[in-house]
Amino acid sequence: MSENYPALLVIVPLLSAFAIYACSWLHKKSCLPLAITGLSISFLISIGLLIKVLHRGPFSYHLGGWTPPWGIAYELDQINALVLLAVTTVALVNLIATGKEIERLFADRKGAFYALYLLFVVGLLGIVVTGDLFNLYVLLEIASITGYSLIAMGESARAPISSLNYVFMGTIGACFYLLGVGYMYIMTGSLNMADVRGLLPPLYHSSAILAAFIFCLVGVMIKMGFFPLHFWLPNAYTYAPSPAASLIAPLMTKVMAYVMIRLMVSVFSPSFVFSSISASRGIVWLACLAIIIGAVMALSQRDIRRMLTYIIVSEIGYIVGGAWLGNATAMSGAILHILNDALMTLCVFLAVGAVSRKLGRLYIEDLAGLFKKMPFTMAGFVAGGISIIGVPPTCGFFSKWYLILGAIEANNYGFVAALIISSLINVALFFRIIETAFMGNPHTAAIGHEWTSGIQEVSLTTLVPLLVVTTGLVILGIFSGVVVTQVIRPGLTGVF
Amino acid sequence: MASQYSLLPLFAVLTSLCAVPFIIFARSPNTREAVSFLAAGLKFAIVLSMLPAVLEGQKLVFTIVEVIPGAPLQLRVDAFGMLFALVSSSLWILTTAYSIGYMRGLSEHAQTRYFCFFALALSATIGVAFSANLLTLYLFYEMLSLATYPLVTHHQDEDARISGRKYLTYILGTSIGLVLPAMVYVYHLTGNLEFSVFGVLAHKASGPVLAAVLFCFIFGFAKAAIMPFHAWLPAAMVAPTPVSALLHAVAVVKVGVFSIARILLFTFGIRLLESFHLGTLVAYTASFTIIVASLIALSQDELKRRLAFSTISQLSYIVLGVSLLTPKGICGGLIHIAMHAFGKITLFFCAGAIFVATGKKYISEMAGIGRTMPVTMLCFFFGALSVIGLPPCGGFISKWYLALGTLQSQQMVFLIVLLSSSLLNAMYFLPIVYHAFFMGTVSGEASENLIREAPTWCLVPIVATALGSILLFFFPGIFLRLAALALQ
Amino acid sequence: MEFFLTHLVAKYNFWLYIILMMIGLYAMIAKNNLIKKLVGMNIFQTAIILFYVSIGSKKGATIPIIEHSGKTVGHALDPAHYVNPLPHVLMLTAIVVSVSTFGVALALAVKIYQRYKTLEEDEILTRIRES
Repeated sequence: MSENYPALLVIVPLLSAFAIYACSWLHKKSCLPLAITGLSISFLISIGLLIKVLHRGPFSYHLGGWTPPWGIAYELDQINALVLLAVTTVALVNLIATGKEIERLFADRKGAFYALYLLFVVGLLGIVVTGDLFNLYVLLEIASITGYSLIAMGESARAPISSLNYVFMGTIGACFYLLGVGYMYIMTGSLNMADVRGLLPPLYHSSAILAAFIFCLVGVMIKMGFFPLHFWLPNAYTYAPSPAASLIAPLMTKVMAYVMIRLMVSVFSPSFVFSSISASRGIVWLACLAIIIGAVMALSQRDIRRMLTYIIVSEIGYIVGGAWLGNATAMSGAILHILNDALMTLCVFLAVGAVSRKLGRLYIEDLAGLFKKMPFTMAGFVAGGISIIGVPPTCGFFSKWYLILGAIEANNYGFVAALIISSLINVALFFRIIETAFMGNPHTAAIGHEWTSGIQEVSLTTLVPLLVVTTGLVILGIFSGVVVTQVIRPGLTGVF
Repeated sequence: MASQYSLLPLFAVLTSLCAVPFIIFARSPNTREAVSFLAAGLKFAIVLSMLPAVLEGQKLVFTIVEVIPGAPLQLRVDAFGMLFALVSSSLWILTTAYSIGYMRGLSEHAQTRYFCFFALALSATIGVAFSANLLTLYLFYEMLSLATYPLVTHHQDEDARISGRKYLTYILGTSIGLVLPAMVYVYHLTGNLEFSVFGVLAHKASGPVLAAVLFCFIFGFAKAAIMPFHAWLPAAMVAPTPVSALLHAVAVVKVGVFSIARILLFTFGIRLLESFHLGTLVAYTASFTIIVASLIALSQDELKRRLAFSTISQLSYIVLGVSLLTPKGICGGLIHIAMHAFGKITLFFCAGAIFVATGKKYISEMAGIGRTMPVTMLCFFFGALSVIGLPPCGGFISKWYLALGTLQSQQMVFLIVLLSSSLLNAMYFLPIVYHAFFMGTVSGEASENLIREAPTWCLVPIVATALGSILLFFFPGIFLRLAALALQ
Repeated sequence: MEFFLTHLVAKYNFWLYIILMMIGLYAMIAKNNLIKKLVGMNIFQTAIILFYVSIGSKKGATIPIIEHSGKTVGHALDPAHYVNPLPHVLMLTAIVVSVSTFGVALALAVKIYQRYKTLEEDEILTRIRES
């Protein structure tokens, strides 16, 4: 049984999704418990897989017993297992935290919502764990389509059109990726990542392989919202329903960044990827632009959730820049940042979702005096903000450390400057909000009626996960040394 | 120098952290303040208990976790850290007492929040004092910045908002913008961030690069209020006076100069600084601040602002002393941390007491106040003497050593700087005392010569710190020993 | 003439799919009507599907089905006689993906029409700005 864990990891939420949808016709109340059970099983399996990888090293699982390259293989190594754990954790914590809100928002459609939620997680898990290029495309589209639907379920009138724009850009991205895979198939005859890795070296000089790499890269960059291909991101994440936003925002773009790193490291080796110094420097400059422009655009936003989406654009810039700097330190920083950013984004989106439940509208000025009314939620928001700014001992500091160190090692001081400037802008971004929440009187216009006296927090089912995530930020920060030296660095052996 | 594993540094830092839940859930103001007192006393006791070991030359170490390979989160109690910790923890007890009197006297709001963040700030201060490497120091430095923000903006009005913004811009902006890249660069050069008596940067980089890194640190630790990054300090005076007193005269600003001294002596090292003449560069930067801040202080009518600029000036004395790189100069700089703390806190306590008792903030209103508040103004006098550097107050000792240090380094310029700024200090402090005692009241109200002092809770700490300043003149031995041991 | 023959005529399938892709892309970007944009998206995806199928073809090869008529195949098969079936199989999946995406996008278009009463993008933007 335990040898089948990699497959079960993906299959259990898949079957749960269908079970939930069927269940929603019969017995609506058990939808949420079923969903939580399915995700919990996946969560436990991902922990088990991480432990197995740390003890025994990377291993692969052949679906259906077919050996690659004819069959589809799931490849598990340290980096994989870490991202898997991040995905299952975020999905599970988010479901527990927003379960009540989902029941309230989608009372008549909750079967559909939970099914889509679980299918989205299935897609992401599959993307991370697969070792086959085409299988990745299929699961990518599963995740994308369910994502589009989840976003379109938002209550705002602008949700469907934002989702439709996301459909267009996302499809172009996925098709570019498919095209790149097609080129690789023509040249190597194989779709298995490890196999292609072995077959590619003699072909590095062919323009077809270069075209394949560029197509795959551009496709993945569209999907991850890398500047200047990010225009779908702010609208899509702002108008999504808040339970979906706090699921999709931490995960989708980061998993796409993982795909980019996987392509760079395991399919096209670094010797090919970094062979053109001007190209990699060019991408790092583009990443610097992404970082700065994301931060500056965030400054000009009045709506807090929109501001957070621009911060995501900035954070993706960190990861892409770190990956393309070309040394082990920066790549470790980028991978660590995938983890950290997933957690930090979950933290702020959960806090903001909780606030929007009470307030309705989310302009900065609506938060006046909120520390008096919702101290724990705001404490969670402050913790997430501090982590995004990069203050030790939260995790955000440590991934910035490795990124800055890697940039110094690569003599790329522009990237260092971009990182520092964006941290300073983040200080302004978050302390604007903290200052408003700290001073002033609780705003009644935003909620349409008077606040009652005393603390008026959201329910415990939201608060406890939020506080767990906040503690997780600090714990992940303190143990980031362990994560980097025991998990990420071994995963990158032989790469640089 | 034996390094001994011990849990005591950890307890010293954690004492006030653990007090925070008790403060939050205390059911009455008396319980809350009793908890604060208890935590303060406990912290001081733990710090004192480590003193004998440190005086023998031992260092107590506690490693928390290895967060970055080569830069663990580690606490180490050495002589320099002990000096700073003694000063902060002893003065915290007195400030807690003073806070109680002040906050109750003015019926301030949100006192629970105040005491909570006060406790957190003290935790962070002791953490800085006992940091074993640059990363740990940075962590506690940032924790202090964040913990003091709610204290500075305590009144939550428009003034507080503006000052809070200034505070954050200067303090967080410089620490993230200057210290962080410099720190990563040092790690890049050396692979670790240790503090060692011989410095860790020898032979690692060229002169200009080292100078750039050094000045990133000097200006980056803006809590030391070196010009031009000093403007947050006068702005932070909108905080309640106990906050101004402990944090801005003793804890926050001393953390800044402590960090700079650590960098100069333990990351760069005396020999490296001498070989590239970096010490002189830093000394000139500090001298500029000393003179200009004193001049600005002369023009200030609001008492707390005058004291703030005086602090800016005095902090650079410490930096100047250390940057002279001579044994007497360094010793003078280090013990000035203690002397200035006691003197300045007395002055701030007096300013607050005057406000609680009479509501007056401006020096021009304070003529004749010595007759209604004789004890307070007498203590003010002794505090002023300490800051000016005249016997029988402790400040004289540190100025004496500083002067000897300039002679040792054979740079007469700095002796002139010291003497002229002492003169300026006298020019802006003594008139206050003179007006208070020997001039009539300005408003012409019938001088009833009623003695109306501040509440007892305020008065006792004022007398205690003033006595402390005088005692330090006669018994400076502990601090001199610690300063001498710091460099071994 | 050589150049024309080798690069254009011999590789006509690649040129065709490029043209189709560009048509699809043009429709997605330049057309105002949402349904036309959707159709453009579908054309884009179809172009890629056609590309994949075309790369599997071989000169003089037949469909990839082995003739049994009762007896087992005792001799080795020459793959050169059969068209490569793998791209066909992959593209079946891709077609399914394309259809699902199209379905979701159409559902979204219906919702947009219900709200804004129009399918022209510029009118939708105007109505968003007004509301």
